[in-house]
Amino acid sequence: MLVYLIRRATQSVVVLLVMSLLVFVGVYAIGNPVDILINPNADQADIERAIKGLGLDKPLWEQYLVFLQQALAGDLGKSFVFNVPALQLILERMPATLELAVTAMLIAIVFGIPLGLWAGLKPDSVAGKTIMTGSILGFSLPTFWVGLMLIMVFSVDLGWLPSSGRGPTRELLGIPVSFLSWEGIKHLIMPATNLALFNLALVIRLTRAGTREALMQDYVKFARAKGLSDARVIGVHVLKNISIPIVTVTGLQFGTLIAFAIVTETIFAWPGMGKLLIDSIHVLDRPVIVAYLLIIVTFFIVINLLVDLAYSLLDPRVRLADAKA
Amino acid sequence: MRSLATLAAALAFALDFALAPPAATAADLRIALAADVTSMDPHFVNLQPNNLVAWHVFDALTRLDDNARLVPGLAESWKAVDATTWEFKLKRGVKFHDGSELTAEDVVYSLDRPTTIVNSPGSFVPFTRPIVAKQIVDRYTVRLKTAGPYAMVPYDVNSVFILSKRAAAGVRPEEFNQGKGVIGTGPYYFVAFKRGDRVELARHDQYAGPRPAWDKVTLRIITNDPARIAALLAGDVDAIEQVPTADLAKLRGNAGFQVAQKVSWRTIFLHLDQFRDRVPGITDKSGRPLDRNPFKDARVRKAVSLAINRPAIVERVMEGAAVPASNLVAPTVFGHAAALKPEPFDADGAKKLLAEAGFPNGFSAVLNAPNNRYVNDERIAQALAQMLTRVGITTRVETSPANVYFVKARNQEFGLAMLGWGSFSGDLALRSLVATFDAERGFGTWNWGRYSNARLDGLVIQALATLDAGKREAVAREAMTMGMQDHAVIPLHHQMTSWAMRKALAYTARTDELTLAYQFRAQ
Repeated sequence: MLVYLIRRATQSVVVLLVMSLLVFVGVYAIGNPVDILINPNADQADIERAIKGLGLDKPLWEQYLVFLQQALAGDLGKSFVFNVPALQLILERMPATLELAVTAMLIAIVFGIPLGLWAGLKPDSVAGKTIMTGSILGFSLPTFWVGLMLIMVFSVDLGWLPSSGRGPTRELLGIPVSFLSWEGIKHLIMPATNLALFNLALVIRLTRAGTREALMQDYVKFARAKGLSDARVIGVHVLKNISIPIVTVTGLQFGTLIAFAIVTETIFAWPGMGKLLIDSIHVLDRPVIVAYLLIIVTFFIVINLLVDLAYSLLDPRVRLADAKA
Repeated sequence: MRSLATLAAALAFALDFALAPPAATAADLRIALAADVTSMDPHFVNLQPNNLVAWHVFDALTRLDDNARLVPGLAESWKAVDATTWEFKLKRGVKFHDGSELTAEDVVYSLDRPTTIVNSPGSFVPFTRPIVAKQIVDRYTVRLKTAGPYAMVPYDVNSVFILSKRAAAGVRPEEFNQGKGVIGTGPYYFVAFKRGDRVELARHDQYAGPRPAWDKVTLRIITNDPARIAALLAGDVDAIEQVPTADLAKLRGNAGFQVAQKVSWRTIFLHLDQFRDRVPGITDKSGRPLDRNPFKDARVRKAVSLAINRPAIVERVMEGAAVPASNLVAPTVFGHAAALKPEPFDADGAKKLLAEAGFPNGFSAVLNAPNNRYVNDERIAQALAQMLTRVGITTRVETSPANVYFVKARNQEFGLAMLGWGSFSGDLALRSLVATFDAERGFGTWNWGRYSNARLDGLVIQALATLDAGKREAVAREAMTMGMQDHAVIPLHHQMTSWAMRKALAYTARTDELTLAYQFRAQ
């Protein structure tokens, strides 16, 4: 177990290094923010001065070494346009994104598993067919379109929910969250639903497929023959056996939700990290782009690890020590 | 995706709105801004959203009125006492938000401050650099010295916000975001800044100027166009800036809302490479490089201008939210040469000129444009390409996002490229865009085409050194006329800026595109 964890950690460091180098070179190849943000009245000397002021006049390798040196000390650089540490900028937006992603994931799981089970147990019923047809929509409708439609119907037409933004926040264990007040929940409902739709459909389909497969298996027939109640057969034996693919996919999807909540955040003016990334790319704010991607990659690494650990709990046949992750 | 999103919004507009938007409390105003505010330090980076917030909290020595003409701000008057000295007389009894009085000390402190901020990608130093010495004559009088005669000083100080020396001294730029040092003389004081989300302001009751109608102002950042419109329709905000042109007609047709509009100072034009012999993207029809640069011939430049049907672009692409341009600055701006008229569309004339210049069969060109910088920029480029192709200049459009576009343009990778420009004055615009490229003097910084005309340079230098505003404007107009008649660049149109708001509100629209809460009023 320990060897396994150490090996994973070493691999992670390499991934982070390679990623930061790639982003560094990539952004450098496009250009620098001074060309975009410089005052139109600035002359050539002003431009040179600004480039120098940001340390962008140095050769790339030197800039990268400076970055590495500072990064090892926990400093990922200062945003060019916000003039605050990039890490602080991202961390202060992270609660909003996490809140959105966690709510979306909960919606997907809480609604997705029961619906998927139902569709799997009664595949030929009207309800089962309706659920499956509905899940196709969840897959195929583009997020931004659904988001706009939600706004048009529930905010503009019906006036039930606020069209955009995050509600008032309150501190919970030092983290500002908005789901503690009714106003905050009202702001959260639409963006979280919008973000959840794809995953909801995914969970439904996975659960259904898993259930149908499991029902054919001998152990289910045996359990039934033994006279176990339906609730126990499905709730314990079936559910536990179909949970591995669901855990894998939701785990990976959770990373995706965090990293790519961008569209939802943009449409609902949700002040999260995704919006920050897009804005930073627009103005080539390299410290923020690099820091953001480093954090996201770390997220994926941690989630992958947790997923692997969860396997071993769910399926005793999986042994971590042997897993060449 | 953006155009798809707009389409989706347009679709959604087809729905009826059953509910009237709920009104906020009478004395609160909520405005949705189209771009992100990055810092509360008004001297950190010269970005429109930051300046917009700063104009609520701070003031400058001079201001621009709704037509972008210079008017008194914190200075009640100014004059050139000699060829290199400007004297500003401050208004008396102006109070900062902390109750202290504005004095010459604060002015000198604020004009010194931009140079101390070295890590800005868009510094205010270009506005303060020409001032080589500052002298406090008395509590309410400041003299600013320049190295040579320089007419732009009263305009330059319009861009430098005046801070309270007492409150801001020793405060680091990033500490401003928590409200430290954000003490100004403006009509609103700072309440809160939630990055990426909103800025909250409240009325400064000691403000000397006209009392604004709103006790509290919330500036919400909603950068996505359909989302901003939806927020207005849903009643989550009272007003929005930068209404997409596609939605203007529908908003006008909706009884619950209204639109305010004004010709902005942003002029869209084309740069033509007139420098190199082999121009990137310019070839003969079979794709082989031409033996000479066609744009060096004034007849070809004129042909390009004649080929463009400006009214059609304004009407079809811009949906009326623009006016055809003949100048590099908008009609109300200082130095606009009113005698110039937009080039009339004349395809036959363009073909004739091309033939005269030795291109009877035309040539091929690549037109470069950004695709997220100016209103409908990509679509304008496509329309232009068709118009040019019609007269024989077979044109292909290449667009890129602004972050890639401007870097390439600076590296001289374009032969024919679109640029938009907003300026205080015509001579200043000419200095940046048309004057001969000269890093020493700081001329022609944005002269991508490298047009060069010594006589025009002379006029620009003369105008910028003429301290008498009347005489200066005459020279500036002459320079503008010369540049435009020589087709140094090809002006297309002046953008219009649009605001939309609840029916019960009215906005005094501004040429400089700023959205100022105190210019909204209930009606």
